[in-house]
Amino acid sequence: MNQVVLRHVTKRFTTRTMGTVTAVDDFNLEIKEGECFSFLGPSGCGKTTTLRMIAGFEDLSEGEIELCGRPVSIKAKNLYVPPEERDLGMVFQAFAVWPHMNIFDNVAFPLKIRKVAKKEITARVKEALRHCSLDGLEKLYPSELSGGQQQRIALARAIVTNPKVMLLDEPLSNLDPKLRETMRFEIKELQRQFGFTIIFVTHDQSEAMAISDRMMVCDMGKIMQIDTPENLYRHPNSRFVHNFLGESTFINVVLRDGHVFPKGDDTQPIDLPIPENAQSEMVIATRPNAIRLTKDTGYITHIEKRIFLTDKTEYLVPVGEQLVKIQTPHRVVFAPGEQCGIEIAAPGWYPPEDKEAIAERAKRQIF
Amino acid sequence: MFRRKNTSDLAAMEGRRLGLDGIMTGLSFVLLFIIVVIPIFMIIYNAFFYQGKFDLTLFTSVIFDKENLKAMGNTIIIAVAVTIFGTIMGLFYAWLLGRSDIPAKGFMRALFTIPYMFPPFFGAMAWDLLFSGRAGYINRWLMHTFHLRTAPVNINSLGGIIFVECSYYFPFVFMQVVSALERMDPTLEESARIAGARQSQVIWKITLPLVKPAISAGALLILISSLAHFGVPSILGFSKNIFTLPTMIYALINRSGGSFEGIRQGTALSILLVAVVAVALVIQKKVLSSGSYDIIKGKSMRPTLIKLRGAKYPLLFLACLTLLVIVVVPLVMIFLVAMVKAYGLPLVWKNFSFSNYQKVFASPATMDSIRNSLFLSVTAGVVCMFLGVMIAYVINRIRPRGRNVLEILSILPYSIPGTVLAIGVILAWSGAIFGVTLYNTIWIILVAYMARYLSFSMKSASASLQQVNSSLEEASRACGATHTESLRDITLPLIKPAMVSGFFLIFLPAMRELTTSILLYGPYSRTLGVQIFALRDAGMIPQAAALASVAIVIIIICNAIVTWITKDRKGA
Repeated sequence: MNQVVLRHVTKRFTTRTMGTVTAVDDFNLEIKEGECFSFLGPSGCGKTTTLRMIAGFEDLSEGEIELCGRPVSIKAKNLYVPPEERDLGMVFQAFAVWPHMNIFDNVAFPLKIRKVAKKEITARVKEALRHCSLDGLEKLYPSELSGGQQQRIALARAIVTNPKVMLLDEPLSNLDPKLRETMRFEIKELQRQFGFTIIFVTHDQSEAMAISDRMMVCDMGKIMQIDTPENLYRHPNSRFVHNFLGESTFINVVLRDGHVFPKGDDTQPIDLPIPENAQSEMVIATRPNAIRLTKDTGYITHIEKRIFLTDKTEYLVPVGEQLVKIQTPHRVVFAPGEQCGIEIAAPGWYPPEDKEAIAERAKRQIF
Repeated sequence: MFRRKNTSDLAAMEGRRLGLDGIMTGLSFVLLFIIVVIPIFMIIYNAFFYQGKFDLTLFTSVIFDKENLKAMGNTIIIAVAVTIFGTIMGLFYAWLLGRSDIPAKGFMRALFTIPYMFPPFFGAMAWDLLFSGRAGYINRWLMHTFHLRTAPVNINSLGGIIFVECSYYFPFVFMQVVSALERMDPTLEESARIAGARQSQVIWKITLPLVKPAISAGALLILISSLAHFGVPSILGFSKNIFTLPTMIYALINRSGGSFEGIRQGTALSILLVAVVAVALVIQKKVLSSGSYDIIKGKSMRPTLIKLRGAKYPLLFLACLTLLVIVVVPLVMIFLVAMVKAYGLPLVWKNFSFSNYQKVFASPATMDSIRNSLFLSVTAGVVCMFLGVMIAYVINRIRPRGRNVLEILSILPYSIPGTVLAIGVILAWSGAIFGVTLYNTIWIILVAYMARYLSFSMKSASASLQQVNSSLEEASRACGATHTESLRDITLPLIKPAMVSGFFLIFLPAMRELTTSILLYGPYSRTLGVQIFALRDAGMIPQAAALASVAIVIIIICNAIVTWITKDRKGA
């Protein structure tokens, strides 16, 4: 069953400096029950705005949102359910635990508001704290705890009402890297026990990959691609998604007489099958560790520079007018200046990005 | 700590017994001793010792005097009432501007700065003109229109004093709370909505508790200011024999014609006033240290504004109207009365003339007072600017032993009521120390101003110094500059903006000062505030209004200059 449904959701802001900006442009989404779904994208891509519209903190400019089969926002009918009636759990980036309440009161707050009986409150708060490894800390105040513990309070507070849908707004980005991994694991564990649906907003691709069943990559207010982490990594449908999901190597190429020439070199082609409907100028995309370095097969060039990294060796190799980054295991050894060949298997083919898109992105980052 | 020790070792290694640092440290201690410690000591000494012997008779007789007790009661009643009403008012406007979608926020904010600019006794004068007994303009109009026998509103009462003080002190709470609301992480409120709380529940259970420290800080500021306040109760209360402790002290000294006996009585009463203020200060310290939360976190996002919907325009109208009445009407009234030929004539066109201005500008005493105030404000501003920087440097950079004492001494006079400070200065500089007599000269006022305002420039310089990393000075040393050269070429230029603002922080309040100068002025050292007060006291009300309007214009011009200078700097 679909638990969160977005239909044609659009949000426009009017700013004094830039006029009207479409922060979220015609989003259509269906998130299934028990799924862990990530919104991934750079800042200004519309992911947080979308989450805030689901939570009910932002109005919609167009479209409708359904939670657990119940419409909560329909622009056309002017229907709007306030956040407190949407029965959601939410965890914020800056924890948002209330500094004037102790931990027990923080976690008990949603139950007290719902006028749950005192005995039950105590029991349920205890239970929630136990699940978040906070037992015994009830009487302490948030300022006495570490960042990780504060985020656990926020989690406990979110699960104490047993919500069907949990919204996580960059919950890990204020934590240090080691803690981030533990917390990620704990969130998944809580999901397994309570069975809630997660919407997870982040700009960190490895975090999104590790936690999600499916994810949505968006950029500049538009959905770029929705799929499982593996499919997204293996078959990105755009240069943007390719670049965003991992270290990428792009080579600008020119197609001439059925051959693929790297830009700046019209004598030696790269041996690749040309896809249908390719334009005369294209970008081929691959990963630094997916390029094979050989003695004398493939596109012949030489080693420009060699960098020894902790777990791999990195070579910089001229291909046409570009320097291409290649990563190999340490056992592949070439000396700087030595001749070598490169072979690229099954790269992605994308049209070159136009200047307008680049300018638009820069503009949105400021906004 | 470790590094500090190092630098002093370095100084010793360089063989400098008494370098620049040493001179500045010594000078700071000596100056604060003279300006601050001696007056305070003199008050305590004179209250409890008579002719060299411990003597409580004066103290007890003053304290158990019925009139004085009444004055103390009035002081407390007024201060508490002003605190309560001022806090409620400040809170309401803070919420309206900080969390609702009311329009014209910029306009309202501008109105809030007006009470900061003008001295409350101007407001008291204006309200007195409107509502004093049967003579007040509005009272007369009301009596005429509704055929009343008695004046409907009596501003010369405790209630009147409370009302006028409120209208000048409520911005203390407003400013504190509005800035707390702006700095507050909006997700603290949003997470409560998600937890199921309605908007009204969020206000009571989350927002209010979180800004409570800001509310109490502002409220206590009102309490302390009101306890020590002289202007409003003196203007509104004297005619009806309503006294507060500060006005009682003034009356005692004034009645005795400035004799030592009067000053001694005033001294004993000062102790009482200080005791009351001290209680408030202790409460302040307790309250402020107990609950301050870290509510500034996370990414800055605009808070969700509460939609007022249908209440929007009525509320806007109400808010603007009350602000206009409280803030703008008194100022306009002063200009109108300044133009009227004689007090009491109806405010219509044919009764208007510029004769009051002519009289004011023709009077040498008035011109003297303007000159005196300018001289005092500029001198106090400049001297305190440099002293403040020096003391701030000593406290923050040289950090000698006893720097805490230095810090307390420089901030202490700010908490002492102006009236009390004035008495201390009189006692100290009437020949008690090295036979120096400054009484009745302009210099005694200057000394008092310096003590009163030094903390302003010191705090401003201190804040700025803390932002200039000491490594900048060290880098200059490493480039071959001497300690003095680094100070002159690196540190001073970097804190210059703070010095300029420190100057204006002193210049502006000194221009309109009344409380201390009214006790210190002599025949040739009247200040602007004193002259306005005296003209009014002598019944020359239109002339007093005319001079007040001149003061208003001067203050507005100076404020415009300040805004212009600070804006210029931000642009650069």
